[in-house]
Amino acid sequence: MLSIKNLKASINGKPILKGINLEVKPGEVHAIMGPNGSGKSTLASVLAGREIFEVTSGEVLLEGKNLLEMSPEDRARLGVFLGFQYPIEIPGVSMVNFMKTAVNEIRKYRGLPLLSSSDFLKLMREKKELVEIDSQLTNRSVNEGFSGGEKKKNEIFQMAMLEPKLAILDETDSGLDIDALRIVANGVNKLKRPDNATIVITHYQRLLDYIVPDVIHVLYNGQIVKTAGKELALELEEKGYDWIKKEYAV
Amino acid sequence: MENEQDKIISEVTDNEYKYGFFTEIESDTIAKGLSEEVVKIISSRKNEPEFMLEWRLKAFEYWKKMKMPNWAHLTIPEIDYQDIIYYSAPKQNAELASIDEIDPELKATFDRLGIPLDEQKKLSGVAVDAVMDSASIKTTFKENLADLGIIFCSMSEAVREHPDLIKKYLGSVVPYTDNFFATLNCAVFSDGSFVYIPKGVRCPMELSTYFRINAENTGQFERTLIIADEGSYVSYLEGCTAPKRDKNQLHAAVVELVALKNAEIKYSTVQNWYPGDKNGKGGIYNFVTKRGICKEDNAKISWTQVETGSAVTWKYPSCILKGDNTSAEFYSVAVTNNYQQADTGTKMMHIGKNTKSRIVSKGISAGQSQNSYRGLVKVLKNAENARNFSQCDSLLLGNNCGAHTFPYIEVDNKEAIVEHEATTSRIGEDQIFYCNQRGISTEDAIGLIVNGYAREVLNQLPMEFAVEAQKLLQISLEGSVG
Amino acid sequence: MSEVIKKSLVNDELVDAFRKNNAVIFEQTPDFINKLRSKYFNEFEALGLPTKKNEAYKYTDIESAFFGAYKRQYSPQPLTIDIREVFTCDVPELENHLMLVNGWFYDKENKLKLLPNGAIIGSLIEATKQFPELVEKHYGKYITEQNDSLSMLNMSFAQDGLFVYVPKGVIIEKPIQLINLIVATEELMIQPHNLIIAEEDSSVSVVICDHSLNPHAFLLNSTTEVMAGKNSKLEICRQQNAHDHSVQLTNTFILQKESSFVNSVYITLHGGTVRNNLYVKLSEPHAHNKSYGLWLADKNQHIDNNTFIHHAAPNCESNQLYKGILDNASTGVFSGRILVDRLAQKTIAFQSNKNLLMTNDAKTRSKPQLEIYADDVKCSHGSATGQLDEDAMFYLRQRGISKKEACHLLMLAFADDVINKISIAPLRDEITGLVEKRLRGELSRCNRCKVNCG
Repeated sequence: MLSIKNLKASINGKPILKGINLEVKPGEVHAIMGPNGSGKSTLASVLAGREIFEVTSGEVLLEGKNLLEMSPEDRARLGVFLGFQYPIEIPGVSMVNFMKTAVNEIRKYRGLPLLSSSDFLKLMREKKELVEIDSQLTNRSVNEGFSGGEKKKNEIFQMAMLEPKLAILDETDSGLDIDALRIVANGVNKLKRPDNATIVITHYQRLLDYIVPDVIHVLYNGQIVKTAGKELALELEEKGYDWIKKEYAV
Repeated sequence: MENEQDKIISEVTDNEYKYGFFTEIESDTIAKGLSEEVVKIISSRKNEPEFMLEWRLKAFEYWKKMKMPNWAHLTIPEIDYQDIIYYSAPKQNAELASIDEIDPELKATFDRLGIPLDEQKKLSGVAVDAVMDSASIKTTFKENLADLGIIFCSMSEAVREHPDLIKKYLGSVVPYTDNFFATLNCAVFSDGSFVYIPKGVRCPMELSTYFRINAENTGQFERTLIIADEGSYVSYLEGCTAPKRDKNQLHAAVVELVALKNAEIKYSTVQNWYPGDKNGKGGIYNFVTKRGICKEDNAKISWTQVETGSAVTWKYPSCILKGDNTSAEFYSVAVTNNYQQADTGTKMMHIGKNTKSRIVSKGISAGQSQNSYRGLVKVLKNAENARNFSQCDSLLLGNNCGAHTFPYIEVDNKEAIVEHEATTSRIGEDQIFYCNQRGISTEDAIGLIVNGYAREVLNQLPMEFAVEAQKLLQISLEGSVG
Repeated sequence: MSEVIKKSLVNDELVDAFRKNNAVIFEQTPDFINKLRSKYFNEFEALGLPTKKNEAYKYTDIESAFFGAYKRQYSPQPLTIDIREVFTCDVPELENHLMLVNGWFYDKENKLKLLPNGAIIGSLIEATKQFPELVEKHYGKYITEQNDSLSMLNMSFAQDGLFVYVPKGVIIEKPIQLINLIVATEELMIQPHNLIIAEEDSSVSVVICDHSLNPHAFLLNSTTEVMAGKNSKLEICRQQNAHDHSVQLTNTFILQKESSFVNSVYITLHGGTVRNNLYVKLSEPHAHNKSYGLWLADKNQHIDNNTFIHHAAPNCESNQLYKGILDNASTGVFSGRILVDRLAQKTIAFQSNKNLLMTNDAKTRSKPQLEIYADDVKCSHGSATGQLDEDAMFYLRQRGISKKEACHLLMLAFADDVINKISIAPLRDEITGLVEKRLRGELSRCNRCKVNCG
């Protein structure tokens, strides 16, 4: 489904990603772990098309289509969803208006009929229940005045609304208490289907108790230095990242 | 409580001006008044080449048609420009072979000001050009600097010795038509400092000019020009004091900075002209035009000023960001007390692409004084990606003073981000109480808080000056606390 | 013709017109108004129109705006059409609206309504006939200290306008709407004068909508005086929606007494040259003022909002938020001044101006000013000019929303910050709709109205 080959990217001339290779198949959950500053969030941003990063080489294909040539909105319409580490507050833009615009733009792109207001509201209700998000939140402006946990739940809610092929969740667990973490993880699990895939970016093993990955990658200094099964998370939890740093020190 | 605080405020602000002494010294002084003849006399006393005299006369002709500007938030009594002496220089031998030839009175004067001209006692790491009234007395470290190709001398000398540089750059940033006071300066300026840093040279020491007004009824019109050639760096400081007199004295200076490709100029001022007494009598009228140009790509200019003196201050150190990727900074602390008035700020003209400017202004008003920030940020149509951030804060000590903020923001490019923020406040009683509770007297607490308030600007000063400036802040506010 | 001659001609023309027509001008208004008229005319004659040398008009060329072959109607002219037929305003919950046509109260209707609770609403001229003492007590009393020649000019020529009087303790629930309609077959100069008096403990909302029925050039120089009595609560909303050939000048004077609250919102949707002067005097303790402005400009439009909030008493509070979106070669100007007197301790004053520039031909000029003579105050101002937030743009696009649509959503959000300060919900919704259309480049025509305002 997703194929990344030798992806290199930099910001202001400073290289961050130094040759990433990654294959994700439909139905899989991949976790990307690694110490701070290893390039995890950059990878997520580059996949979503953030323009401040410059891709210097490599290839990213989603179902055979070259993502790197697309605008951020076309990637989203194709099915790339980024759950932001720090979802931005957009005062004055209501959640309803925002989501309705997004859902219909994606439907238009996929050649589906646009949703009427009542169908849209029905869909919102369904998905809200699915991810256990407080009804009040969707009556406000996008993320405005939301607590850290509410923002993350809102990301999962939007993911449920947009039904992506590939969801990239960037440190979705950071700043969550245990209850919120469970709700977020349940949401992700419920949305899992044989024809979609998820990349979970995390610093801690904690989230992986709830979202069980098929594969774990360790990203360090802009490269994937280790790939293994879910047992790797436990090893990292126990030993920390220092041994990785030592082993792959530059 | 209020009364107690008022009392401490007035104690803190009532401090005596410690540089108010006068030096008995023989001077070469011309008669009062301004005319073509006077302009010619000044030029001839300086042995200037013909082109300088022509330039001065052009300026004088132009000035005669100009009117004094009245847009500032200042109340200035009518100034009689015929009642001022335009040239007064301490008499000394024209060519000094060594320090011993300087009039001992003069040496003593600068010693009292803490500016030793004696090379044995020289300030470490600081080269000084000492200017009294209309003439430069002595420039230290000249030879050491010359080894690096740096020219640091009086303006009079530069006019004679480096006419090509003068012709090319003098008036190139502040033209003789610029404004009433700058034009007057062009006609009658007497001395000042000249600096040229050659390509790729990082000036190894702080360069500094110390201005002293001594003679009575004289105006001081100095002119400074600093050129930083490609890839060079210089940090320059100026300080100023004057004797206590009941009559106001006029000071109208011009400073021009030219930063070429990849060059950086840092210009710091501690202005402590005589501010007048606590009833508002006397003091210097300080009308200064300071402007720098980041003429070529990647140049940088930084202005830092601590303004504590003068009865009236009218001063807007500005920057023209002409080259691409150039940047400019303006850091200012202006303190007014008693009947002082200050209208000061900056202008940032964004012309090149990717230009950045930053303005930090801290006004502190006490007594009956009026303190205004006035600034312009202009982004021209082709100045893509310009950035400016301005922070202008005012602190009021007491309820008889005023603090004002007059920013002008003009943006003609859609990629610009220009932000201005200003606040006005006083020292909180809770802050003072907190200090009191830790055993700090109210007076010291205010000193601490004011210094903390000005910290961001003071941090920009070279170390030798930062300590001095900090003391000065405290002294300027003595008697003002409440 | 040289600029100088052109400009002196404009002043001369106004002075001549006044002299030539003073018999008919004076005839329709009582002595107390005419006395002020003469006084202000003399002042105007001496001062003339403001020039760009005048600091307060640095960025707006008023003299040029006056240059045009404007006609004036010194008495109401008969109308060939039934205005109610062609002009509809369907904003729900607004009091059946009053109408000024070319500056005169619409003559087919009851010109002055006397409500059972004692409130008086209607024509200013009619009020001077029925309640001369009441009008005399207030007329021209709130134009203070400003020395602004536009209001002097208005006071010289003003005849009719809106009069609202709300007696002590009376609360008017439904907002009063005034439609200021220009229906002309020629180019008109119109100078109405509105007077809104809210006595102690009263409450009222007034909505003024400036519209034109046809695309003829016009110059509107309108003055509104507002007196907010002790503990009164007022809202003044003005919606300016005309066309590119319009010159719309408003002078609003608000005097606030103890513990009064005034909320004013000016929305400029469409205008050629617009200058809004707002003068607020907080004359007694605990008065609270909120003033907001939003302008949307494109083509060569020029919108200038100028505010002066004078804190003359302790413990008062003022908040200002002014925002502009500038497209094409338009210019947006904000100049705001907060003056805090020495006596006005414990003042809280806040002011903010934000501008969005959509092109490199558009311009913004911002001049926020603080003038403070009291030490125990909390005053701040801010100004920011820039473009839409890049992070927010990316967030929206990551959800599949196109760049254009994301841009539109964010502009609307930018505008919403001011629109949501209107407390009258139906009006707020109506304006949101109009702003949305305006930002999409569509003409802002209200739903069922036949008037083409664009």
